[in-house]
Amino acid sequence: SVEEFLNGARVVVSARTYADFTPQATFDIKKCDLHKLEEGPPLQAVLTREEGLQYYRTMQTIRRMELKADQLYKQKIIRGFCHLYDGQEACAVGIETGINLSDHLITAYRAHGYTLTRGGTVREIMAELTGRRGGIAKGKGGSMHMYTKHFYGGNGIVGAQVPLGAGVALACKYLGNNEICVCLYGDGAANQGQIFETYNMASLWKLPCIFICENNKYGMGTSVERAAASTDYYKRGDFIPGLRLDGMDVLCVREATKFAAEHCRSGKGPILMELQTYRYHGHSMSDPGVSYRTREEIQEVRSKSDPISMLKDRMLSNNMASVEELKEIDVEVRKEIEDAAQFATTDPEPPLDDLCNHIFYNDPPMEVRGTNPWTKLKSVS
Amino acid sequence: MASLRSFLRSGKNAVSAVLRREFHGTPPAAVQVTVRDALNQALDEELERDERVFLLGEEVAQYDGAYKVSRGLWKKYGDKRIIDTPITEMGFAGIAVGAAMAGLRPICEFMTFNFSMQAIDQVINSAAKTYYMSAGLQPVPIVFRGPNGASAGVAAQHSQCFAAWYGHCPGLKVVSPWSAEDAKGLLKSAIRDDNPVVFLENELMYGVPFEMSEEAQSKDFLLPIGKAKIERQGNHVTLVSHSRMVSLCLDAAAVLAKEGIECEVINMRTIRPLDAEAIETSVMKTNHLITVEGGWPQFGVGAEILARIMEGKDFFICF
Repeated sequence: SVEEFLNGARVVVSARTYADFTPQATFDIKKCDLHKLEEGPPLQAVLTREEGLQYYRTMQTIRRMELKADQLYKQKIIRGFCHLYDGQEACAVGIETGINLSDHLITAYRAHGYTLTRGGTVREIMAELTGRRGGIAKGKGGSMHMYTKHFYGGNGIVGAQVPLGAGVALACKYLGNNEICVCLYGDGAANQGQIFETYNMASLWKLPCIFICENNKYGMGTSVERAAASTDYYKRGDFIPGLRLDGMDVLCVREATKFAAEHCRSGKGPILMELQTYRYHGHSMSDPGVSYRTREEIQEVRSKSDPISMLKDRMLSNNMASVEELKEIDVEVRKEIEDAAQFATTDPEPPLDDLCNHIFYNDPPMEVRGTNPWTKLKSVS
Repeated sequence: MASLRSFLRSGKNAVSAVLRREFHGTPPAAVQVTVRDALNQALDEELERDERVFLLGEEVAQYDGAYKVSRGLWKKYGDKRIIDTPITEMGFAGIAVGAAMAGLRPICEFMTFNFSMQAIDQVINSAAKTYYMSAGLQPVPIVFRGPNGASAGVAAQHSQCFAAWYGHCPGLKVVSPWSAEDAKGLLKSAIRDDNPVVFLENELMYGVPFEMSEEAQSKDFLLPIGKAKIERQGNHVTLVSHSRMVSLCLDAAAVLAKEGIECEVINMRTIRPLDAEAIETSVMKTNHLITVEGGWPQFGVGAEILARIMEGKDFFICF
């Protein structure tokens, strides 16, 4: 009948099949500033629908995870240090898409995003923040000391991770495995002496190391102009070629990382990338983040340069996804975070006899003095 | 035929020489080896045994080592395994720790441990604490070695003993050899150990020869980290020491023996973990204890030993 036919037609019209979406599109990306380089990364990036959805999901996961951590911290369920990454998601996601999981990465303390992109799950990250036994470091590391395979943390001492990263790169070269190491630090750390020592040795020995400065414009409460005589962080490597790019655009970050990885793998030695990015939160949870910058500035970045919005707009305006689809991803992500937070809040703390374990590796069990000479605690590897 | 001819020509002396040769069994060949050569042997053997072992530091390669401890190694193993670094301790110590995290087994030389202060953050925060903070995910198999303590007239900045500073930190093993056997056996154990080891040598001991048993000359000679050695038995007073001061204790013991006082001299060999049991057993026997060290007394190695003895279960029995 006509009715049936019309009903059927309505169903067909309102459902959009995947065949309707653009499978891939090419986007213009901003040109990088170059230092000691003849050519830079390409000015266009190809994004497939699958990639776009994956980048969106991962960035949204990091965003929601960090916001949940903010909530839990204010409820005093997370204690100690907590340095949040929201605003900088395009850096972590873009870098990971430019390298392989078999490559290596090390960063400083603003590390939750990287722990995720390097293979950690939201559950084990959140449980580590709340210090529970289901945490990625069994509750013994906390926010700043999370590790996965080929991810060396999470490092608390500003700048110390940079020589470590070059050491990992040295191991890659030594073992001849064609792997590289991505070594991250912030604009605050960029003035550290040990970083310049590392530039020197990495360059001398041609280590396959990508140095990446995440310039979020503030080292704790000090703006870059007040901390650095030269804020051209991509040039600070001097004899090391450098790129400066928009760290809020995940495609920019991806293309630059691919370019840098190729440079390292071809034996040319280290390369330096400066990602211009922004953090919405203060330096850590104990910093409201508005005493050294205006709320207007934060709001402006949120409205004009948010990395997740930028990707979303690109995908929607090129018919690569639907609003409903992205909303669905949001709902799934929210659920994942809720589950993880639930786990992180209810999982028990590590048992007391874990206190002295993991002092030495591959050693027979030993006794450790407790608070007084008659309290002996046991330590196993 | 040549030997028969020389035998007939040399007469009586030759006969007795032949007889001597035939009827005397030769004892196992103990040789005199300096501490420097013992360290060199240990490095050579471990570099040969495991491809992942490598040495880095200032002047270790083409200069043959600032104190010639790594003599000949660069010629034998080349640029990949023996690496000369610029004068940037914090940087190269960090690089060494990173290499250890990624699966190699570096030996990081500090020209003296005074310069390790520039890099002490990497030794403590990056190396010692990481296995614990990662709850066992990230071991750091590294050896930091070099001369420690006083030398001959090199002034305050170049004479500090770091045994107490490094001995304070969990996650580190701290070794302080005295003799050539100590140096060889303990360095080999340190290199094979999967944990960060601070290996405190002494410049003034490098040139001192010691008898090295045949067993100690073997490529697999290891000494356990964490076990002290009784260098001299005695009943009247226990002298506990490490590194160069063990020589001083033995000299003092020789002088006192003439007065009828028999000292028991304990060579600690390891600062951390401390072999408190060996010291306690000795003190139970002698009831007298003197600690002898090159470091400053306040908050030092001796202070820790005395605290442990006084807190020990047997302290009041001594009275």
